[in-house]
Amino acid sequence: MPSSREVKNRIRSVKNIGQITRALEAVSASRVRKAQAKVLASRDYAQKAMEILMNIQAATAGSGEPLHPLLAQREDVKNIMVVLITSDRGLAGAFNGNIIRVAQRFVRQAQKPIQWVTVGRKGRDAMVRMGQNVVASFIDIPDELRISDISPVAQLAKDAFTSGQVDDVFVAYTDFINTLTQRPLVLPWLPMVPHDISAYDDVRKLAEVTTTSHQDYEFEPDTASIIEQIVPRFTDVVLYQCYLESKASEHSARMVAMRNASDNAGQLVEDLTLLYNKARQAAITSEILDIVGGAESLQDTLDKKAASILEAAEASASGD
Amino acid sequence: MPIHVEIVSREEKVFEEKEADMVSIPAEDGQMGVLPHHAPTVASLGEGELIVKKGIARESFLIFGGVVDVRPDKVVVLAEIADTTFDIDQEKAQEARDHARQLLEEGLPPDEMEEARLTLRRAELQLRSISKIRTSEPIMRILGNGDEA
Repeated sequence: MPSSREVKNRIRSVKNIGQITRALEAVSASRVRKAQAKVLASRDYAQKAMEILMNIQAATAGSGEPLHPLLAQREDVKNIMVVLITSDRGLAGAFNGNIIRVAQRFVRQAQKPIQWVTVGRKGRDAMVRMGQNVVASFIDIPDELRISDISPVAQLAKDAFTSGQVDDVFVAYTDFINTLTQRPLVLPWLPMVPHDISAYDDVRKLAEVTTTSHQDYEFEPDTASIIEQIVPRFTDVVLYQCYLESKASEHSARMVAMRNASDNAGQLVEDLTLLYNKARQAAITSEILDIVGGAESLQDTLDKKAASILEAAEASASGD
Repeated sequence: MPIHVEIVSREEKVFEEKEADMVSIPAEDGQMGVLPHHAPTVASLGEGELIVKKGIARESFLIFGGVVDVRPDKVVVLAEIADTTFDIDQEKAQEARDHARQLLEEGLPPDEMEEARLTLRRAELQLRSISKIRTSEPIMRILGNGDEA
């Protein structure tokens, strides 16, 4: 059994850990509310934007030239780019591990050369450690995100796609479902057309196509300016939404992880306190035994002494 | 056939009405009236008032930029900014206008100038529509909007 002092030290350090995790939980809890409100608010916009784009797409499909370079699907896909969205900081449970695992499985199934663009320190570190081809990495993106904060990432991907450096761009992100559930996913992003995703696990469709019939759309003021206006913007909106989803997921995952850690710390303190009390009781018992033993041996000595004195007295008496 | 109208801004879903009769949309090159069976159209939005009519009731919004997707039975408005006209706070609008004017007079970096100009235009449009509502006949609002917004 460990000594009571050792146990006392452990109790103190576990209590400290518990305090830290509780503080982290409180911080995440306040961030999680903001991030969740933001992701839910912009979800409608992102979804409607994709719907409009897909409708235009369906309506103009098969009419030869694609409307915009970002809508041009290539028949021979040689190189793939994956934008991997992770967090800068850890202590978020399995959040980063899950999305990295899903991204890797996607890569194995794709069987094409991959160029990685990592957003967040954890993803970059993991990919560099695995010796992957990381072409760009973005870290320290502000928490109070505006769409302009994510546009350098979008620009890089759009340039790589339009220049023919890559033929497909995917986004690996974590879909926010609720505080307890988040789903790591891969989303086909560029070109912004419906992809065939039957070959992959954990891949989501860009949007459900609601009209399949060929409709003649009119464009006001004219086709070119509308397409030029909405396609690049909607492209950014997709990435922005993915980032917001990941952010809300990250804070939720961290909050839950920290709550579990705090609970575990509390439990551990209880167990250790029991152990401490046992050790203390054992020490007291052994002390009492020592005293009793000491007293007994003292008694023995006294008895012996008394006996010898008595013997001596008797001997002198009989010698007279 | 009624029109299903949805108005979504960057921040939130502002309005949804499944059975509107008519929508008047501030398109980039002029106000566009949409009745049922309108030809499928995608239009770029300008700045101005968007009106949804249902029977004698109506609802009004101030729109700044974006796009609208018009289909025969559905209108989806994706606005950069959409304010519900009846919810505008006059004092706040006046404050915003004065603040923006002051900023513009003082001078700002170019990108902030653009933002201040937009704030000014938005506040001015808000104040104009409020005074228009004040002087007009009483308006019946479309029921259920309070729940949707």
